[in-house]
Amino acid sequence: MNPVLEVNNLGIDFGGLTAVNNLNMVVEPHEIVGLIGPNGAGKTTVFNMLTKVYEPSRGNIILNGQDIAKMNTVEVNKAGVARTFQNIRLFADLSVIDNVKSGMNNLYPYSVFDTLLHTRKRNENEKKITEKAEELLKIFNLYDAKDIEASSLPYGAQRRLEIARALATDPKLLLLDEPAAGMNPQETDELMQTIRFVRDQFDIAILLIEHDMSLVMNICERIYVLNYGMLLAKGSPEEIRNDDRVIKAYLGD
Amino acid sequence: MKNFMSDLFSKKNRSRTISFLLVIAVYIIIEILSKSIRIPRLFTSLLVPTCCYIVLGLSLNLVVGFSGELSLGHAGFMAIGAFTAVCVSGLSASFITNDIIRLLLSIIIGSIVAGIFGLIISVPVLKLSGDYLAIVTLAFGQIIKSLINNIYLGFDSNGLQFSFVTNELNLQNGKMLLSGPMGATDTAKISTFTFGIILILFTLFVIYSLIDSKYGRAIMAARDNRIAAESIGINISRTKTLAFVTSAILAGMAGALYALNYSTLQPAKFDFNTSILVLVYVVFGGLGNINGTIIATTVLYILPELLRSLQDYRMLIYAIVLIVVMQITNSAALKQKADKIVKQIFKKGERE
Ligand SMILES: Nc1ncnc2c1ncn2[C@@H]1O[C@H](COP(=O)(O)OP(=O)(O)OP(=O)(O)O)[C@@H](O)[C@H]1O
Ligand SMILES: [Mg+2]
Repeated sequence: MNPVLEVNNLGIDFGGLTAVNNLNMVVEPHEIVGLIGPNGAGKTTVFNMLTKVYEPSRGNIILNGQDIAKMNTVEVNKAGVARTFQNIRLFADLSVIDNVKSGMNNLYPYSVFDTLLHTRKRNENEKKITEKAEELLKIFNLYDAKDIEASSLPYGAQRRLEIARALATDPKLLLLDEPAAGMNPQETDELMQTIRFVRDQFDIAILLIEHDMSLVMNICERIYVLNYGMLLAKGSPEEIRNDDRVIKAYLGD
Repeated sequence: MKNFMSDLFSKKNRSRTISFLLVIAVYIIIEILSKSIRIPRLFTSLLVPTCCYIVLGLSLNLVVGFSGELSLGHAGFMAIGAFTAVCVSGLSASFITNDIIRLLLSIIIGSIVAGIFGLIISVPVLKLSGDYLAIVTLAFGQIIKSLINNIYLGFDSNGLQFSFVTNELNLQNGKMLLSGPMGATDTAKISTFTFGIILILFTLFVIYSLIDSKYGRAIMAARDNRIAAESIGINISRTKTLAFVTSAILAGMAGALYALNYSTLQPAKFDFNTSILVLVYVVFGGLGNINGTIIATTVLYILPELLRSLQDYRMLIYAIVLIVVMQITNSAALKQKADKIVKQIFKKGERE
């Protein structure tokens, strides 16, 4: 079976600055993989290249055996990658449920004419969209807030909503950029369970960036460590925890 | 269709219900009044143009409020709809004698032509990210006005005759349709208030249908956060183009109805000021607020006309009204109050 994601010699320069260089990475189906590293290591930049928010300067990205070199952000999503953002990017003026529904635009298509004529196809697909959105909101414990504006949700709930919205696109690979940032320990605990549940329920692979080491060590099956844009180490949580280079990078020399 | 009707009366869609009821109620009241008492001509002459401006305001709100793009040339689409309709109506007058059918045909063709222009200018512009649409629409409005200013079009038994330079079209027993800066000079006045109301209802139907669909969610998602929208598979330029072209079609429709309400109409009517005026209605009514647009347009369009007799005090009162309208349509507290009142009305309705 193909890996879900395969990254070869990936690199990107911003002017003179090489933010990521020579990165090799693999994510297998059904895996939860961590991507960690000190501030400014280039983790978010990797996500931005995987989703074509940034165009890589070097290397290639293979998704389910398919090179995404020619794809744009929209096509990458259609090919099965969904993500969340470090600085939350919700649709602030849309209701909570509409945020999730907007993720299903390509799954249950109907035309503008279906829309204006309120055809059966439109109504049936809208019904499916609503049902699936409600199901996702229940998983993320947001159902009771479904009709309020996304921007009025508390911080932790906004992060969960972003994950729900990403899942709505029915991805094969989910990229989470610091999903637990700003959450209290109890919220973080619940989030960990939800992430595992979601992985099993939807049978997806997850690549996550996180600074909360207890979460990373607890939930990830394998971990990549990035430092100054380069791969510093990779391995199981146990190996990473005891790796001298990693300890050094985190504590500073 | 059934769903739309049943949704209309569900609790969830109050503001939608209010829109339709408001328009229908105003129509009934005015119709009854006009049958029972004599309404001054000054007032009745404002009915059709008010409908046109409401349609135009709603169409602009789709772009500015829902899609989050700025259009400074909506009068241009109105002009295209207007002068296309004048031509269609003039040309078909001999074989379509039924005014209503001719009006309908003129409006349909006028709005289609406006839509085509909307497509032509928005497709390249909306591929770029950034506020280019405002600049391009601004130029578009000016160009369309100048273009129509220079079109001389007439027809006779030999067919259509056209010139960019001269009024001397050598027509044999023919009729001028467009006479350069003079515009349309001899149009049959076939627009009616009833048709204006129908167009408003149609516009409301289109906009509400759109908003409450995957397309509406995409339009608003693209407005709220471009990168996030792309990350969930929403094609930004296609989405924004849909909103813009729909808006152009509706604006063309408004223009067609407007043109066929007057026997003469000059291209200068559709200048930058008109575009800005409608933008003012939309902003004062509240971006993305449909009922706000209807109310703000009605008040802000009719008032200055009715105040003409007050002369010097006119602008003073107008300024005060502007402030009041803005307060009402944009204040959260007042909105809550209005919501409460509406809720109570609905509760009563449900109990009965
Ligand atoms: N668009 C950009 N233009 C220029 N430099 C950039 C750009 N995006 C990222 N960088 C630089 O690339 C480096 C890596 O940034 P990135 O955001 O990927 O770090 P990170 O590992 O996600 O850090 P953090 O843990 O703080 O989120 C930084 O030096 C940053 O300044
Ligand atoms: Mg980051």
